[in-house]
Amino acid sequence: MPYIANTPEQQEAMLRQIGRSMEELFSDIPPDLRSPGLNIPPGLAEQEVRNRLASIAARNKVDLISFLGGGFYDHFIPAAVPALVSRSEFYTAYTPYQPEISQGVLQAIYEYQSAICRLTDMEVANASLYDGGTALYEAIMMALRITERPRIVVDDTVSPIYRTMIRTYTGNLGIELVETRSRGGLPDREELRRHINDRTAAVAVQNPNFFGCLDEFSDLSDLAHRHGALVIASCYPISLGLVKTPGAMGADIVVGEGQSLGIALSFGGPYLGFMATRRQYVRKMPGRVVGRTVDGQGRQGFVLTLQTREQHIRREKATSNICTNEGLCALTALVYLSLLGKQGLVEVATTCAEKASYAGRRLLEIRDVRMRFPRRYYFNEFVLELPVAADRVIRRLLEKGFAAGFPLVRYYPGMENGLLVAVTEKRTKEEIDLFAHVLEVSL
Amino acid sequence: MKVIFEKSVPGRRGVRPARQEGCPPPEIGPRLLRDRPAELPELSELDVVRHFTELSRRNFGVDNGFYPLGSCTMKYNPKMAEQIAGYAGFSSLHPLLPQLPRGEMLVQGALAVLYEIDLALREICGMAAFTLQPLAGAHGELTGAMIIAAYHRDRGNRRTTILIPDSAHGTNPASAAIAGFEVQVIPSDSSGYMDVEALRAALNERVAGLMLTNPNTLGLFDPHIRQIADLVHSVDGLMYYDGANLNPLLGRCRPGDMGFDIVHVNLHKTFATPHGGGGPGAGPVGVGEKLVKYLPISLVGERPDGSYFLDYDRPNSIGYIAPFYGNFGVILRAYAYLLALGREGLRRVADNATLNANYVSEKLRPHYDLPYGGICKHECVFSARRQAEHGVRALDVAKALIDRGFHPPTVYFPLTVPEAMMIEPTETESKETLDAFIEAMIEIARLAETKPEAITRCPTSTVVGRLDEARAARQPDLASLK
Repeated sequence: MPYIANTPEQQEAMLRQIGRSMEELFSDIPPDLRSPGLNIPPGLAEQEVRNRLASIAARNKVDLISFLGGGFYDHFIPAAVPALVSRSEFYTAYTPYQPEISQGVLQAIYEYQSAICRLTDMEVANASLYDGGTALYEAIMMALRITERPRIVVDDTVSPIYRTMIRTYTGNLGIELVETRSRGGLPDREELRRHINDRTAAVAVQNPNFFGCLDEFSDLSDLAHRHGALVIASCYPISLGLVKTPGAMGADIVVGEGQSLGIALSFGGPYLGFMATRRQYVRKMPGRVVGRTVDGQGRQGFVLTLQTREQHIRREKATSNICTNEGLCALTALVYLSLLGKQGLVEVATTCAEKASYAGRRLLEIRDVRMRFPRRYYFNEFVLELPVAADRVIRRLLEKGFAAGFPLVRYYPGMENGLLVAVTEKRTKEEIDLFAHVLEVSL
Repeated sequence: MKVIFEKSVPGRRGVRPARQEGCPPPEIGPRLLRDRPAELPELSELDVVRHFTELSRRNFGVDNGFYPLGSCTMKYNPKMAEQIAGYAGFSSLHPLLPQLPRGEMLVQGALAVLYEIDLALREICGMAAFTLQPLAGAHGELTGAMIIAAYHRDRGNRRTTILIPDSAHGTNPASAAIAGFEVQVIPSDSSGYMDVEALRAALNERVAGLMLTNPNTLGLFDPHIRQIADLVHSVDGLMYYDGANLNPLLGRCRPGDMGFDIVHVNLHKTFATPHGGGGPGAGPVGVGEKLVKYLPISLVGERPDGSYFLDYDRPNSIGYIAPFYGNFGVILRAYAYLLALGREGLRRVADNATLNANYVSEKLRPHYDLPYGGICKHECVFSARRQAEHGVRALDVAKALIDRGFHPPTVYFPLTVPEAMMIEPTETESKETLDAFIEAMIEIARLAETKPEAITRCPTSTVVGRLDEARAARQPDLASLK
């Protein structure tokens, strides 16, 4: 049998030593609950499994020239990233409960926490959460705990995918969830002033937001802080090679999806939710945290710490129910950031922005194609206002081998002609030219 | 060992991103730009490779040696699955493709995997349908608790309380609380099972359901499970199965047949996907017929022509609990494992997991206290009570095992056993490995009596000794900041 070491003879010998038959080892299961056997096919040899899955993989369309983003991006992954992350001392380990033989994972998490803080200009970070959406939800729960207030304000420029998750999670909890309407691609200051008050625990924004627009939201932080509310900022880590940090704009909790940091798209997961905050809130933060300390001889070492916040100690009073997180994805992000380094991340971000800027100009040369939010700056994603329904254009371009972008009407009724176009460093100038040409003739 | 930021050399470069001539500089207002680059390390590719290779050498995984961490099912993770997850047809697939017009036809392979593993899990667990979205076991518990809430809301029941036995994993009460429930703890009886009389006394019209693992965290299969289910159902409560301990039941017994209404399975335990040093996992949730309508959006369906689609039209659903379709890369690995094992292989997993645990239990019984005797399932829980009389505690036994080349068992859990040592060998370990472990445990028990200081000073073979955890918590140093 696959992956079982003991031979039938060894199994017999072990049973003799126990003094029971195999059936007797299952005699604690009442007879009427015993299964007659599963109705699933017999097992396959490795070669057969791989062939089967290779042919299933071939039924997925992955050779499109893609301008699809929406919070999940096709970035270049250096070869050293999978080479290091696939060292099985890392990936076949459990949560580092025994620090003396887990220094590798523990130190890596400490370094990851440090890298996230440096990227976002914050002071502490946790060891990861499931994904960007869960991280945003956990930030909201954290703000409710810190402020002991009932109201959360989330702008509609925050990923609609995450907002649907937040509605599910907060549905049972008696929270006042207010979703504000944006204007011209950015959070509407007037609208926010109306909804942020002394009952507000936090306001959540995203930068760059779902439309790709960049915002300087320091004024919103001031507004929130004047009312004693916190600011939660969701961000796209690659953009932070170039874009002003949420920390510098007054955010109290920074979260985001870390997929862009060397993690494959993989049809939606596993991904990486990151979270960073200010030091004063660390004991209200969910998730595992690694700290640096010393052993009996004064040697530096790393341990899981502040565990009295967590479910295995506090049970129903824990800050969160999270146990398994995305440790290997956090390691991936750290390795990616280390390989690119200080200058490399700036260059990746700059290249994305340059190519997006080029694509934007090139596409605007097409007759009747406009920017939906012409007065806004964008990083690597923007909304085109097409003369026809975006769905129609996307369908035609798929036939020609392009994923043209995301149809905004899926989440924003009334934006039928809005096409969200993302450009990463992987797209070449030639592909962008070809895309513009094919789009033009398809209209 | 220095942290990576301390190795940084100003101006040194690692991987160089491709640049392209002919693109204009981006037009982003200066107010929107960061004023200085993030202080990431400045290292060569080789520096980075050496750093992480050295870190990996300071870590212990299943590939390094025996890892009998109770309740965590640290079985071998087949290499085949890693390679399959790397197939470009899966790894490059954008999760928003299905939302494009006719987009489902672009991802038929991925939908086939989700559809097929759903069918297999239904059969293994005796459930009517699964959602594959929950991203870990605890996420599955939260999803299940929200389904329980939705069920009672629909029936006009005012239910506030979830019952949980005292031997439960910590995530159970935490998940129930986060879903908005109060938690009431049910004690264990003297045999280690949930006290049925205490359960009976706790049942009333406020009870929404019971969360249970079976076999429980002592490794014991509760023979009263049908009676328990009937009792909970008699007040219209729902039965939730924490699948952390499903491994010894594969092909032998199904949660659905025991009377459970909701089940989560940990693909990273039972179905051999790697734990990744703390994740990613996946915690699909299965439900009985009457709860299918509450499962999260979306579900995968099959059309008459054999193509697959995503069903978003689910008016009674609890909603979206994950951005997409679950941790697809993890689900894919589990699917490959299921294909390899098949019907007979799964039953052999249950048999050998149970055999290995009982073998260890039998051999160690003369040397350590076994508070709850008899046959066990996937794990056995010893107590270091006897050794503690000589000043050697469960933690010391754990550290001594490290010096002998083994990962320790789970210690101090379940909370119902003092000085607990929870040993789960799994089916992939050989008799030779088990014998070596047993020998080491016996040697430690002997030293505990004759020379306890030889145990309490362990570990001595590791890169660091026992670390000052109090200092870590009192003066938190959580990041190297610039």
